[in-house]
Amino acid sequence: MANTLKSKILDILHRDCRISNDEIAKMTGSAADEVAQIISELERDGVIMGYGAKVNWDKASGPDSVTAYIELRVTPLESLGFDRVAERIYQYPEVKSVNLMSGSYDFGITVEGSNIREISSFISEHLATMNSVVGTATHFVLKRYKFDGVICGETETDDREVISL
Amino acid sequence: MSFNPESMINRTVSNMPPSGIRRFFDVAAEMEDCISLGVGEPDFVTPWHIRDKGIYSLEKGHTHYTSNSGLKELRAEICKYMERRFGLKYDPMTQALVTVGGSEAIDLFLRTVIEPGDEILVCEPSFVCYKPLVQLAGGVPVAIETKEENDFRLTPEELKAAITPRTKALVLPFPNNPTGAIMTKTDLEGIADVLRNTDIMVLSDEIYAELTYTDERHVSIAEIDDMYDRTVVVSGFSKSYAMTGWRLGYALGNPALIKAMTKVHQYAIMSAPTTAQYAAIEALKNGDADIQVMREDYNYRRQVIVGGFNAMGLHCFEPKGAFYCFPCIKSTGMNSEKFCETLLHSKKLAVVPGNAFGESGEGFIRCSYAYSIKNINEALNRMEAFLREIRK
Repeated sequence: MANTLKSKILDILHRDCRISNDEIAKMTGSAADEVAQIISELERDGVIMGYGAKVNWDKASGPDSVTAYIELRVTPLESLGFDRVAERIYQYPEVKSVNLMSGSYDFGITVEGSNIREISSFISEHLATMNSVVGTATHFVLKRYKFDGVICGETETDDREVISL
Repeated sequence: MSFNPESMINRTVSNMPPSGIRRFFDVAAEMEDCISLGVGEPDFVTPWHIRDKGIYSLEKGHTHYTSNSGLKELRAEICKYMERRFGLKYDPMTQALVTVGGSEAIDLFLRTVIEPGDEILVCEPSFVCYKPLVQLAGGVPVAIETKEENDFRLTPEELKAAITPRTKALVLPFPNNPTGAIMTKTDLEGIADVLRNTDIMVLSDEIYAELTYTDERHVSIAEIDDMYDRTVVVSGFSKSYAMTGWRLGYALGNPALIKAMTKVHQYAIMSAPTTAQYAAIEALKNGDADIQVMREDYNYRRQVIVGGFNAMGLHCFEPKGAFYCFPCIKSTGMNSEKFCETLLHSKKLAVVPGNAFGESGEGFIRCSYAYSIKNINEALNRMEAFLREIRK
């Protein structure tokens, strides 16, 4: 997908999903109609799964939240393999991401809750008790530095000085 | 009678006008909520892997001078890059000199070749340093005005008309600051035809070579038949790798010329900054992808800003290189200085008057698009509001 209009649109939207079709058309030197068409195709094909702000929750005033990263070791279900296990895990709304991993554990899972107790009970009641799960290791996030390519807490400043060129 | 230090300044320097760019921005810098399209340097920070190599060189204790010509490995990488990108072959040991920015390389060239009274042809509008540096070296700068109707390219006829028996060299600054003009291979062949049977040298300032937005890559005049030996190519890391603050550039050319320039360099500068040289090796080895990413971003902004100016009736020729556009403001009836000053005070938007880059820039303004899209859009809004007011 090297440098096609499609990949340019995805790149632009990934950085700023609030940008208008008109603006994308100007940036890429294409027609707004064509941009709209491509975006609806991307949505239809599930390439674009949704649009959301990248929120620094640590800064947002609101209920506290805790994020945990859980390493999960499982026995794949016969004939259904890892996919079936993953499907059972990602149904829980507390689970924000599920990845099948290479290396010493099978799934890397991010779970969010309003406090440590909530996450602990989720793990002990739902995750650890799941049939195929053979072990968990839970790591709580202490501080978030960078998220989806954006550095947290850093606001854009222009510190270029006056120079004669 | 008291001693007057000011009277000690020589005439060349005291007559030298201060850069017309600075004046405006000193005012703008003090203004609250002022936004600018004035800065002529990338807004990107040097890619991390390049910065990291600079830091690592410090950790390893590489804190000494390098050889006068620059680190051997860096010169080798520069030559490899020139061959990879432009098919130009230079010998790292005799044909490459690492300098403090492209600017130093320009100064070295001029000081090395100019005899008092020699004429140096300078395409204008162009970067502000050529004329003063020619004068400091005892030469006579002769401006060749490139024109909008020619897409601000130098034409063979314009060049021919400017040549006299005293002409020593031509300064060829493409891709161009401030117009964004580029010269294609065919354009350069026309220039080469004029130069071929003369003794005129070429200083080809190709600092923006990596920032062009056409399907064909940048072409250096050194690639054109018979031009290699008379051309000194000047380039650097500032614009392509967003490394302005590292102050690193280079000159490439005939061994005799590079040797002579190295003599001047060794007495004035000794050697370019060592940390920057280590970082630059990494840039040349592993930085091609970074250039691609930045170029793409500049291209987005370029299309937004050029489209924006044209849509509000400020005619803007399509810049195909560098990161500037050069809209024409003649339709407003104001001159460049007046336009910029009024714009700055009424809309707190800073742009550079075109005449800062030579008289032929009168009637134009330089707008840099080395800014975020958000900043560019806000600037376009202010400009449009300004035009509505003055056209009433």
